[in-house]
Amino acid sequence: MWVWLHRFGSPKYFYNVSGRILPWVGGVTALLILAGLYLGLFASPADYQQRDSVRIMYIHVPSAWNSMFIYLLMAAAAAIGLIWNIKIADIVAAVSAPIGASFTFITLVTGSLWGKPMWGTWWEWDARLTSELILLFLYLGYIALQSAFEDRRTAARASAVLAIVGAINVPIIYYSVQWWNTLHQPQSLGMGTSAIHPSMLWPLFLMAIGFKLLYVVILLIRTRAEVLERERNSAWVQELVQDMTGKPASDVARSNHEQR
Amino acid sequence: MMPRRRRLMLVLLILLAVGVAAALTLNAFRGNLVFFYGPSQLAGVEKVHERNVRLGGLVEQGSVKREDDGLTVHFKVTDNVTTVPVTYKGILPDLFREGQGVVAQGRLNAGGEFMAEEVLAKHDENYMPPEVAEALKQASETGGKMPQFTGTLMMQGGVNK
Repeated sequence: MWVWLHRFGSPKYFYNVSGRILPWVGGVTALLILAGLYLGLFASPADYQQRDSVRIMYIHVPSAWNSMFIYLLMAAAAAIGLIWNIKIADIVAAVSAPIGASFTFITLVTGSLWGKPMWGTWWEWDARLTSELILLFLYLGYIALQSAFEDRRTAARASAVLAIVGAINVPIIYYSVQWWNTLHQPQSLGMGTSAIHPSMLWPLFLMAIGFKLLYVVILLIRTRAEVLERERNSAWVQELVQDMTGKPASDVARSNHEQR
Repeated sequence: MMPRRRRLMLVLLILLAVGVAAALTLNAFRGNLVFFYGPSQLAGVEKVHERNVRLGGLVEQGSVKREDDGLTVHFKVTDNVTTVPVTYKGILPDLFREGQGVVAQGRLNAGGEFMAEEVLAKHDENYMPPEVAEALKQASETGGKMPQFTGTLMMQGGVNK
């Protein structure tokens, strides 16, 4: 496990392996989301109370799950980077934040669009909605803190503490509907139980897996780009550039510079 | 190895401290984090006649009466123990119907009637096609809670048409 982790933690190894699996993960993601969208928007039945408005669920719920999942993963990666000084972990945490912030934003917007026709309001300060909004601010604060430091190591360390402290918000979001009276309904899915009919649960399930993989795809693309940038002076990146362009990396850098 | 262990302890300590702080804060704010009061809780709220509160519960069956102006509505909100009469003038959300959950914001007047300024619909966590809801309703006319679709992903039969 440790050997594997350290090997995967090496930027060069990560770059090579991730490049090979990326097209496969991307293909599966596209298939899952297309199938989920078709089933959710066309093939699944309308709800007995909400009619067709229920279809917002197939975007809203997977986004909401992702917004919390990505935060936990980001905080875990930041903690690993902080404790064991693993470069890849720092990069994963840093590039995850904008992705998580995007999913949080999608969750808030689709929730608002769903809330207006069903509840009769765009926004209410109930515990679930407010804690999700705080999650967005945590992501934005993390991004701001990342870019506030010149030095990458300092930036990673300072923002890691913020990410770890903010992680307490995730269980609060999750359990808010159980702990307090909220306008938002309690969760429909529990351990082995579901208050969602199978004909609607299947598309939701496909979309949820599809959205998780979509995160993985974007994460891999962004991490690879970040690895190349941070390692641009290392021998393996120079070699890579030479292989791809047929010119020494120093020439490529110079011509790029002149074009600007 | 030492600095690593120290950093690990530090992270764990931060987590513990934040966890305890959050638990204490949330516990202290418990009353203020409540989005609405149930009909039974309403009477116990401090200075309830002088401030705006939210009342949440189910719209009692057969209690909705509209006035001739088409905007003013009278209905009763219940938690099956206590019932509070509500008056509201305005447009109701689509999901507002008898037997459904609502959250009304307004003030309890001296006569014990709740004068709402805003009425929001609250729906439950059950999602199903109309024909399934119909089948379930016929199966248990006695009322009660909607059954859970247990075992879910593998279950294709059951009440599914």
